[in-house]
Amino acid sequence: MEVNAAAAIGAGIACLGMGGAGIGLGNIFGSYLSGALRNPSAADGQFGRLIFGFAVTEALGIFSLLIALLLVFK
Amino acid sequence: MAADKVDPIHQFHIIKLVPINIGGYDLSFTNSALFMVATVVVAAAFLFLTTSSRSLVPGRLQSISEMAYEFVANMLRDAAGTQGMKFFPLVFSLFMFVLVANLLGLFPYFFTVTSHIIVTFGLAILVIGTVIVYGFMKHGLGFLKLFVPKGVPLVMMVLVVPIEVISFVSRPISLSVRLFANMLAGHITLKVFSGFVVSLSALGAVGVAGSILPLAMAVALTALELLVAFLQAYVFAVLTCMYLNDALHPSH
Repeated sequence: MEVNAAAAIGAGIACLGMGGAGIGLGNIFGSYLSGALRNPSAADGQFGRLIFGFAVTEALGIFSLLIALLLVFK
Repeated sequence: MAADKVDPIHQFHIIKLVPINIGGYDLSFTNSALFMVATVVVAAAFLFLTTSSRSLVPGRLQSISEMAYEFVANMLRDAAGTQGMKFFPLVFSLFMFVLVANLLGLFPYFFTVTSHIIVTFGLAILVIGTVIVYGFMKHGLGFLKLFVPKGVPLVMMVLVVPIEVISFVSRPISLSVRLFANMLAGHITLKVFSGFVVSLSALGAVGVAGSILPLAMAVALTALELLVAFLQAYVFAVLTCMYLNDALHPSH
């Protein structure tokens, strides 16, 4: 029973990592938007880099979510 | 109690449809294999049927095929230059396979091929294997310049080279886990919210009224999953292009 309790606590702690990914994603899209509003003509050319940064950052959040899911549904 | 009835992991179970056992190896035709075949058939049939008329002014369906072609071609040209176009068949096949597999998985009761790590890891190893083999074929040992950035002082090399090597080795892992974990997490979330609808409506009239909230959430999540399905296929293809660029131009 203690193992199950520890797994549940661990799953909760693992979800904290998603907060970091959330901050990072907010940074990425916020910076993109402020840059795009300053120079809208250059915005479309940077869309690929936006999505690339989004994917690389989001993956880290997904990793911690994966750990949480593995602990809950083990 | 409700958790026993609605098991979010159940949708990922592999079922043997045609058991085949050759020389002690389990080569059964599973539901995963069935949906991989379905993915290839759907993608190939769509592209073949829509472009077979070859009209100069494309119709609606032919436009979709041409857009997919142009989309991947531009992506590859931007990331790896015109030299990279020799890898176009590889990147386009990977993009279409991942995209169609993700989209097919969104249908209820359909199996999501890309939600299994072994499938995505196979695709990622194919990409990295191509990069390594082609890099050494084209540049010989010069390919190792990939790990030695230009303009770094010699003292820093002790630190930088191991970091570059680790970042290269972890690429197939991050490439495959990103796709697999996104699809897994998305489908589990969908199932959990659908499970709320079932367990709430079992409570009576108040529960049925309250179950509208998770139902609306499930609809919104399905829309989000549609976006994620496309986005992950796009990200997989873009990263493939960038890794292939390393094989073409190793010194950076």
